[in-house]
Amino acid sequence: MKRTVIATGLAFAVSTGAPIAAHAGPTVDAVKARGAVVCGVNGNRAGFSALNSKGEWAGMDVDTCKAIAAAVLGDKDKVQFVKTTSQTRFTALQTSEIDVLTRNVTWTLSRDAKLGIDFVAPTFYDGQGFMVNKNTGAESVKDLNGATVCILPGSTSEKVASDVFRANGMSYTPVVIENKKELNTAFFGGRCDVHVQSTSGLSSARATVASNPEDYVILPGVHGKDPMGPAVRQGDAQWRDIVAWSVYAMMTAEELGVTSDNVDKMKSSDDAETARLLGTKGKLGETLGLDQDWAYRIVKQVGNYGEVFERNVGSGSPLKLARGINSLWTQGGLLYAPPFK
Amino acid sequence: MTVANTISRAEVGASPRRPPPAQESGAVHWLKKNLFSSPFNTAMTLLALWALFVTLPDVIAWAFLDAIWRTDDPAACRAAAGACWAVITEKHRVILFGTFPYEEHWRGTLAIVAIVGMAIISAFKRFWSAWLFGAWLAAIGIVLVLLLGGVFGLTPTGTHQWGGLPLTLLMFVGTVVGGMPAAVLLALGRRSSLPAIKALCVGFIEVVRGVPLITVLFMASLMFPLFMPEGMTIDKFLRAQIGMILFFAAYAAEIVRGGLQAIPRGQYEAADALGLSYRQKTGRIILPQALKIVLPALMNDIIRAFKNTTFVSIIGLFDVLGATATALEDPRWVLYAQEAYIFIFVLYFAFCYSMSKYSEHIERDLSKGRNL
Repeated sequence: MKRTVIATGLAFAVSTGAPIAAHAGPTVDAVKARGAVVCGVNGNRAGFSALNSKGEWAGMDVDTCKAIAAAVLGDKDKVQFVKTTSQTRFTALQTSEIDVLTRNVTWTLSRDAKLGIDFVAPTFYDGQGFMVNKNTGAESVKDLNGATVCILPGSTSEKVASDVFRANGMSYTPVVIENKKELNTAFFGGRCDVHVQSTSGLSSARATVASNPEDYVILPGVHGKDPMGPAVRQGDAQWRDIVAWSVYAMMTAEELGVTSDNVDKMKSSDDAETARLLGTKGKLGETLGLDQDWAYRIVKQVGNYGEVFERNVGSGSPLKLARGINSLWTQGGLLYAPPFK
Repeated sequence: MTVANTISRAEVGASPRRPPPAQESGAVHWLKKNLFSSPFNTAMTLLALWALFVTLPDVIAWAFLDAIWRTDDPAACRAAAGACWAVITEKHRVILFGTFPYEEHWRGTLAIVAIVGMAIISAFKRFWSAWLFGAWLAAIGIVLVLLLGGVFGLTPTGTHQWGGLPLTLLMFVGTVVGGMPAAVLLALGRRSSLPAIKALCVGFIEVVRGVPLITVLFMASLMFPLFMPEGMTIDKFLRAQIGMILFFAAYAAEIVRGGLQAIPRGQYEAADALGLSYRQKTGRIILPQALKIVLPALMNDIIRAFKNTTFVSIIGLFDVLGATATALEDPRWVLYAQEAYIFIFVLYFAFCYSMSKYSEHIERDLSKGRNL
């Protein structure tokens, strides 16, 4: 009986093209009742989630969480952060201790399928890179034949290094060092020619550990795929949509040139997509189960993707990461948000 | 009077102290006795002096002469040859209070003062009474109000925001205050003549002692929530605290049991002969003696409980050590981890050493009457 009612309602809604009033999912209700979004973060990764000198959370993952809070609760500061470790992160999500895991977890099939969680909208694309001292004269990985390579044993970088050297028919001498800090010291001390790590890790090591950062260059080319983004529990489609579209709203805002500074002016923009994003036209917010200003608040309070990137890991931060593949698709990057229609 | 007269030549009371012979005192004697008593010891002393001579100037230069004490700019540290103590000036708020809101740090400070103050008061034997237990409960109540907020116009701060030294100290005090009564009950239960209670206590103690603390904490933080009905969660701090209490109780119970076994059978029999109830016998005859015997061993376990609080950083709580590790992720200061960890070493050493000195003192104090 009930099923037929829903089916008829569905058929009606589809046939008339009217939006189906989003049924409030359990997570949104819990978040609204609590008055805070609870996010699981790494806590020990500068630029993504770490404490500043005042003990406040800062980083890209932290800003993703704040964007969700701005969209759902209207205030980016209505957030709680739970520090998770690589052992506790998924359990915390499964047991509802956290609403969303914004911990830069790499999206893989087995995690997506096995753990009862869903990955949505990558916020950062990472991969392995090769860094050398400029005086070696190497301009691409093909110039590295016979090099000594500093690597962490058992890491992704170890595998990538051996794959890349084999694929190019070159030989190398690995220098295996267990500890990441010592690895950095060894490379910048000149014990090996090449440093293999995630590109974000290389950049931060160069910016913070090297005595003269200008002497080192990260060779072009990113090896391996590490798409990282927020993850939610399976089975709450509305919450999943809200998290995904909060991320997409930041990307779309950058695409449309909407920043936290000009967002008030852009509200009166004639551009149809800008108007739909900022809620002056259409009913996109209601479709998600939110109000019309949800994306406006994200941009106003947190900023667009470019602002968040530059502030936390880009030129405005000590890490000085280049946008690289984390640019918009219009600028040759991988960030491609579905249209706001 | 007359008696005194007959022995008037005898000295009454102790004779006045006289200084020891010159050869048996003074700096030279001390050196001879402690550092140059045998050829081997002389060689060791010279070796140690040489090692100090070689290393000390560098250590002093690094730690004091060339050190940077205050700066906002890590570049100044990079240029200096010595230690960068500025990292502690810059990061001490995070190290000491973790994620606790910056404006509310005074509440954390008061909580630390309350706990340390109570600990100092409890160290004096003259304050040992039932009142002290009440005072501790009151102090814990005050600390909880300070840290949780939400009343008397204080901003509410959930346990997810707790961190640093207040968290470490509260977790430690909670472990001992909750664990000690549990330990006594477990120890008594283990010696109980009721088979069911005995089996339960033996089983609990052996299972908990059979696993590392880290497993207990992982169970509390990972497995336990999976058994709960969906949507229901127990606060993570509380789960970790209960895990720590259970772990401490199991170990302390075995120590207390050792004390119970050391009480001569005669004490039990005498208490029974007087017609005392089990409660009176245990509370007034057995336990006071047993606890007195095992106090040094218990203090040892209590010091270990203090150090064990660092394990909670593994399940994502910011104790002092965890907060330090996080504070040092700041790329601008990442190079000066050494200095920050030296600070943490000094902090832990101050706490543990004073506890260990106190336990030494109390051991001496309590054994005063034993051999008379």
